[in-house]
Amino acid sequence: MCATAEQSERKVKPMSDITNILIVGVGGQGTILASRVLSGAVQKIGQDVKVSEIHGMAQRGGSVVTQVRYGKEVASPIIPQGEADIILAFEKLEALRWLSYLKENGSILINDQRIDPMPVIMGAADYPADAIAAIRSLRKNVIVIDGLKIAIEAGNPKAVNVVLLGLLSKYLQIDKNVWLETLRETVPVKFLETNVKAFEAGWNS
Amino acid sequence: MKKLLTGNEAIARGAWEAGAVVCSAYPGTPSTEIIENAAKYTEMYAEWSPNEKVALEVGAGSSIAGGRSLVAMKHVGVNVAADPLFTLSYTGVNGGLVLISADDPGMHSSQNEQDNRHFGRAAKIPVLEPSDSQEAKDFTKIAFDLSENFDTPVMQRITTRVAHSQSLVELSDRQEPVLKEYQKNALKYVMIPAYARRRHIDVESRLEKLQEYAETTPLNRIEWNQTKIGVITNGITYQYVKEVLKDASILKLGMTFPLPRKLITEFSKKVDKLYVIEELEPFIEDYIKSWKIEVYGKNIFPMIGEILPETILEKMGEQSKNKNSLPVQAEPALNTPVRPPVLCPGCPHRGLFYVLNKLKVTVAGDIGCYTLGSLAPLNAIDTTICMGASIGAAMGMEKARGKDFARNLVAVIGDSTFIHSGITGLINTVYNQATTTTIILDNRTTGMTGHQDNPATGMTVKGDPIKEVDLVLLAKAVGVNRVVVVDPFDLEKLESVIKEELRAEEPSVIITKRKCALIEKNKDTTPCVVLNESCTGCMRCMRLGCPCIVKEGKKVRINSTQCVGCELCIHVCNSGAIGKEGQTNV
Ligand code: SF4
Ligand code: SF4
Repeated sequence: MCATAEQSERKVKPMSDITNILIVGVGGQGTILASRVLSGAVQKIGQDVKVSEIHGMAQRGGSVVTQVRYGKEVASPIIPQGEADIILAFEKLEALRWLSYLKENGSILINDQRIDPMPVIMGAADYPADAIAAIRSLRKNVIVIDGLKIAIEAGNPKAVNVVLLGLLSKYLQIDKNVWLETLRETVPVKFLETNVKAFEAGWNS
Repeated sequence: MKKLLTGNEAIARGAWEAGAVVCSAYPGTPSTEIIENAAKYTEMYAEWSPNEKVALEVGAGSSIAGGRSLVAMKHVGVNVAADPLFTLSYTGVNGGLVLISADDPGMHSSQNEQDNRHFGRAAKIPVLEPSDSQEAKDFTKIAFDLSENFDTPVMQRITTRVAHSQSLVELSDRQEPVLKEYQKNALKYVMIPAYARRRHIDVESRLEKLQEYAETTPLNRIEWNQTKIGVITNGITYQYVKEVLKDASILKLGMTFPLPRKLITEFSKKVDKLYVIEELEPFIEDYIKSWKIEVYGKNIFPMIGEILPETILEKMGEQSKNKNSLPVQAEPALNTPVRPPVLCPGCPHRGLFYVLNKLKVTVAGDIGCYTLGSLAPLNAIDTTICMGASIGAAMGMEKARGKDFARNLVAVIGDSTFIHSGITGLINTVYNQATTTTIILDNRTTGMTGHQDNPATGMTVKGDPIKEVDLVLLAKAVGVNRVVVVDPFDLEKLESVIKEELRAEEPSVIITKRKCALIEKNKDTTPCVVLNESCTGCMRCMRLGCPCIVKEGKKVRINSTQCVGCELCIHVCNSGAIGKEGQTNV
């Protein structure tokens, strides 16, 4: 663990009393678990919270987005464009797609993974040549990690979502113990140990 | 204790707390989780009905017999259930009867975006619209009381954002269910013309009473603020308005039919400018205009798709002096290719559409995961209309263009959709002597909505095993002589069977039987790999539209983390360039 000063500097200081987090990815990547743990943790610190998920067709490898909003009192479950404090992106193209939702000074945390959508596979469209560079040109706070590599090192290639959750937790004012407690309540016992490891790995990344 | 619940979970909870005894539904996004959650309460009976009409009829019977009953469906499901609905308005209820209509503005997973408040008005029953999970639960309970107090079915209309958003809900205990006394009452429950004429009088006087109720019920309330702008709004839009128009006074309508004319008129008099912000149709607005009150609505806000918080900001921005500080951002056009949904890796439907595309057959399609067979590169579907429409549509095509056309024409329909409303179409092909080939895609589940059971899967919503509908016997029983079952992964056999059945000048049924890839547990998931030196770059395998097979230079590569090893590509490749990982020399 490095300097706590640096860490607290990274923490979000929301302008309004509501924190807006957008979790984006591709159907099947496990974004739902991430939002479930996040909303559970937020509840534990006594905040009002609303979560919006779009199901249906999205399950079949489509673009998925979950919105989590918390604070003293939350009305709308969805985040207006340009109002997200943090975007947690499980995939690069999705990071780019949803970027306009990020505040000017918001942070975007990106998993360095590429999943080609069907139009790209078919050759009808091109995968953006350098999505990350494009994002960097538009926003200051861009953090990129190789979630899969970190998850494999932590002993479970399937736990990329929990690695990313660990990364996200660094940017929120929620005690680490609260995260671990929520994780314990959310994931099945037999996967708990590898998931805690994955979370720690994300936290330390 | 407060719990984070989706609107759908909250409705199930509300029914339970209200002492409901019977819950029924046919799955459909965004309503599916209501009954899935209702089924978890052991005190309530819950079922997947074969379709929405049956679901509502079960609810009707249970209500007449004295029990509180919850029936849930997506918006287009109400079209199917409309027949019992309109007459149930006449019979009224005994135990409370609540119908949940889950509308889908923006069509996240639907074939249209009809506004079912029109159904409420047409059937002359009250319509409630909750705006978050707490209200979804509370309104469900109120709806049961309303239903019994006014002797009417009650529609609770939710939208995708209410159904699938989670918010904190205060839980209560279950109120002991009281079965109301059952008495034979033909005047009320037998709708022959003589009795129905009398009941229609009751319906009209009930509507008047409901109108009075609408004026005073706490379901409709005014939140006073500055009076420059007054907004009348309903459902999820209320939450957006509250968030982005902090200075506006709001008349929140929890009951949108019948409307409180006096309350609305009073409100309109006290504000400088009156707006109605409602998704889809100008339902509230049209009434207000008919009362000669000046109002801004669909002249500013879209009639198509969802109204989002930023839409409200943008549209009101120019109108409002109290312009909210939130910027509506215009990013430079980011070049992001769309990511449409695709059939899953290992999906049993893929082989079928590959063959249909290859044979250049006209395909009348239906509603389910297999609708995705219409997208490139499979491009295999010609029509998609509504649940069960494929067989009738194929028949109509044949009747219009003649038997020869039917030699190159199939209807494709899933197992669940076939039970829902395909069987009647099949009976018609026999009865009216069509020669169509119907392909039933039996993947042993209702896939699209997230894998619900149905009468053909051998399992109830509570997880109890039952005798399943035998699709072969069923097809034979209605008079189809030619019924073949084939494994859709056996591409050669599948192709020859389809060709043979197309030739036959009589109705025939092909059942492609294989479990949905997401529920199949006993399979070898060793991924496949491409032998680079054997791959000729012919791109045949690309025609499968499997998301795991990607172009790399002039050849292809298989994404091994996604591939489930279904081996379909092995069979499609002419050059023997694809094999199972570990069993090939790469
Ligand atoms: S859920 Fe099942 S049926 Fe639907 S696309 Fe996936 S594999 Fe196919
Ligand atoms: S790559 Fe081949 S084996 Fe793997 S899922 Fe796709 S079609 Fe099946």
